[in-house]
Amino acid sequence: MSGPIASGASAPSGPPTGGAVVQPRRGRKYSLLTRRDKTTLALMVGIPTFLCLFFIWFPTIVSVLLSFTNWRGISAITSENFVGIKNYVTLFTTYPFFWPAVAHNLLWLLFLSFIATPIGIFVAVLLDREMRGTRIYQSAFFIPVVLSLAVVGFIWQLMYTSQGFINSVLGTNGRDNTIDWLGNPSLNIWAVLVAASWRHVGYVMVLYLAGLKSVDPTLREAAAIDGANQRQTFIRVVFPVMRPINIVIIVITVIESLRAFDIAYIINRGKNGLELLSILIVNNSLSEASLIGFGTAIAVVLLVISLVPITIFLVRTSRSSAADQI
Amino acid sequence: MADPIETRPVSRRTVLKGVAGVAGLATIPAIIAACGPSGASTAPSAAGSAAASQPAASQPAASAAVGSVSVGSNHSDPGEAKGMEEINAAFTAETGIAVALNKVDHGTFQDQITTYLTGTPDSAYTWFSGFRMKFFADQGLNTAIDDVWAKVKGNYTEGFANSVVGNDGKVYGIPVDYYPWAVFYRKSLFTEKGYTVPKTWDELKALSTKMQADGLTPIAFGDKDGWPAMGTFDILNLRQNGYDFHVNLMAGKEKWTDPKVTTVFQKWAEIVPFHAKDYAGLTWQNAADTLVQKKSGMYLLGLFVSAQFQATNNPADLEDLDFFPFPTLGTQFDAENALDAPIDTWQISSKSPKLQDELDAAKAYMEFWSKGSTQVLMFKNQPGLIPTANDADTSTYSPLQKKAQEIVSKATKITQFLDRDTRSDFAGANGMQSFLQNFLKDPTQDLAAYQKTIQDFWDSLPPLT
Repeated sequence: MSGPIASGASAPSGPPTGGAVVQPRRGRKYSLLTRRDKTTLALMVGIPTFLCLFFIWFPTIVSVLLSFTNWRGISAITSENFVGIKNYVTLFTTYPFFWPAVAHNLLWLLFLSFIATPIGIFVAVLLDREMRGTRIYQSAFFIPVVLSLAVVGFIWQLMYTSQGFINSVLGTNGRDNTIDWLGNPSLNIWAVLVAASWRHVGYVMVLYLAGLKSVDPTLREAAAIDGANQRQTFIRVVFPVMRPINIVIIVITVIESLRAFDIAYIINRGKNGLELLSILIVNNSLSEASLIGFGTAIAVVLLVISLVPITIFLVRTSRSSAADQI
Repeated sequence: MADPIETRPVSRRTVLKGVAGVAGLATIPAIIAACGPSGASTAPSAAGSAAASQPAASQPAASAAVGSVSVGSNHSDPGEAKGMEEINAAFTAETGIAVALNKVDHGTFQDQITTYLTGTPDSAYTWFSGFRMKFFADQGLNTAIDDVWAKVKGNYTEGFANSVVGNDGKVYGIPVDYYPWAVFYRKSLFTEKGYTVPKTWDELKALSTKMQADGLTPIAFGDKDGWPAMGTFDILNLRQNGYDFHVNLMAGKEKWTDPKVTTVFQKWAEIVPFHAKDYAGLTWQNAADTLVQKKSGMYLLGLFVSAQFQATNNPADLEDLDFFPFPTLGTQFDAENALDAPIDTWQISSKSPKLQDELDAAKAYMEFWSKGSTQVLMFKNQPGLIPTANDADTSTYSPLQKKAQEIVSKATKITQFLDRDTRSDFAGANGMQSFLQNFLKDPTQDLAAYQKTIQDFWDSLPPLT
C-alpha cells in the first residue's frame, strides 16, 4: 500500500523541495495524500459505512422506534400510534407466551452447547483418525447440514407422528398408548431439540474436522515422544491449539440457538410448547395478525439477548488480537 | 469465470462488504420486523394515487371489457386448483378476457394477506366475507362493487347479501361458496354398531362412552394447525349463550372473563376425554383419515372433510359419509340452530398496479363468478364447497350436499368461524389458537385465571382503526 501512495503524492506536488518550503500552512504539512487518494479512501470507507448504516443501523433503530408504537402496517404512523413502553409491559407481564419462548431459547442454547456440540467434536476426533470408510461416515454426518431446516423438520415430523417410525419401533402406535412426540407440550421441545441436534452435530463435525486436519502433526509427534497418551494429547495439546476453531464453534452454537426457528415453525408454527422468540416475532408481525409494533418489541428483546454473546465474543477477540500484536 | 472479478479488486471488495453487510443483517433478528416499514411506509402515498386514479380509469374503459385480469387465488388444493383452471378457461371463452392466475397456498395467502393487499395485489382476489372483509374495506384496501352487485343480487338470498356489505354500507365482495360445520360420521359404522345419532348433549356423551367401550376414538380431533379447535368453541358458545353473545364476544363488546364463557369451557371439558388423545400432533386431514378408517366415530368439522373421503378414490366412502347438526344443550338458544358456515368471496383490491386497466375486466370476472354455472365448476372438483347462487344447478348435488344446503337454510343464525369473525391479531397462532390449546392441555385448570389471560391479551391489542 505504501508504494502507490508515496508515488502518487509526489507526482502532482511539482518540485518536491519547493512544495515543502512554500507551504507552511497548518494541516497541509503532514498530508501525504493527493486528492485522488482522498477520493479513493473516501469511497472505500464511505461505501461500506453507508452500507453498514443503511442495512444494519437504520433497520435496527427503526425497529427500536417501532417497538414503541402499535402500528399495524397499514396506514401511516401518526403520533397516536406511539404507546410508550406498553408493548414491553404487555410482553413481560400478561403475554403468556413470552417467558416460555425465552425459556425454550435458553434450553436450545444449553442443549446444543452441552450435548450436540460435544458430540460433534467427539465425532470429528474419531473421524480424524483415518479409520476405514471415514469419508462415508463424514458424508453421512454431513448430509443433514446440506438439507434445509425446513426439510429436516419435515423428515422428523414423519419420524415422530403417532403412526411414525419411532412409535412403531417402540410399539407405541396403538390408540391408547401412543406417544404424542410433537403434540405433547412437555415432550415436543425435546423431540425438536433432537432433530435440531441431528443437524448441528454434522455442522460442528465438519468445522472441527477441518480444524484438526490443520493441526501441525509434529505437535502430536512431540507429545507422543514425551509419552502422552491419546487422551492427554488431545486435551493438553490439540485442544488448546484449536482455540480459533473452538471460538468459531461457540459462536455458531450461540447463533444457532438464538435463531432457532425453522423446525418448530414447520411442525406447528410454534404453538403448544414450541414457542420460540423468533416465531413469536413472525406470528405477531409478519403473519395475518400484523401487530408490527408488538412484534418488533419482541425483536428488540431478542436483539438485546443477542448482544450479550456478541459483546463477549468481540471483547475477547479484540483482546487476544491486541495480545498477539504485543 | 474468475477474470472479470480479478481485474477489479476495488469493486470486488465493495461487493464483498455489501454481502457481509447483508449477511450481518440476517443475524440480527430485528431486521425481520424492520422489513415492514421500509416497504410499507410507501404504501399510503401509493394508496392516494391509486384511489385518485380509479374514478378516472373507469370512464375510458367503458367500451367492451377486453384485455386481461390478474387474479390472486388461494385455491391451492388439487381439486380446487383444477376448478379454478376450468372456470378461468370458461371466463376467457365467454368474454375474451385473459386471466393471469396467481395461485398461492391457502395458509400462506392468509398469512400474507395484509402485506399482499397493501403491496401490489392482483386486481381480483379470493378472501373471506364478514368481519375480515370489513376490516380491509375500512382500511381502503378493496374496491366497492355496488354496480356489479346491483346486477347480480337477484341471484342471492338475504343471508349471503348481508355477508358482503362493509361497515360503510357498500358491497365489497361476491359470495361464491360456503361450507357448514357439523358432526360427520360414517353411516355404515353407525349401522354396524347399532349407534343412533345423538340429539342432545347427554346422548352425545352416552354415545361417546359406548364408542370408547367399543375401542373407537369417539370424537376425532386434529388441532396441530390450531384453528380446528375454534370450531368446537364456536358451536358450544352458540348453543350455550346464543348468537348475539357470540358475535359480541368476537367483536370485543363482551368480555372473555364473562361467566358465560366459563360455562362454555366447562361444557367442553366434559367431552375433552372423548377427543383423540394425540390431537395436538394431528392435522385435520390426519384426523379425518381416522374417520375414513373407522378408527373414530364422529368428527366436528366443515364439509371440506369430504375431500379426505374423495381422496380414497372409492366412491362408496364418500357415499357413506353423513353428518348431523351439533347436539342441543338444553338452552333457549338451541332453537337458533346456529352454526358456522364460512362464506368465501371474490373481491377487487384497491392497490393493484394494473387496476386502472383491469377494473372493468375484474368486474366482469366478479359477475361471472356470481353465476351458478360458474360456481358449479368449482363444486364439481371440490364437493366440500357449496355454491351460493340461487341458479346453481342442484341436480348434481349428492344427498350429503343437499343436506348441507338444508342445514344452512334451517339455521336462523350463521357465523363465519372464530378466526373470520374476530380480529386477525387476536385469532392468530400465538393468540387464540394457542389459548385454546392451553385449555385443551388442562381442561380442569383454574378457568378464571385462564380467561383473564385471554382478556388481557385482547386488551393489549391496538385499536382497530
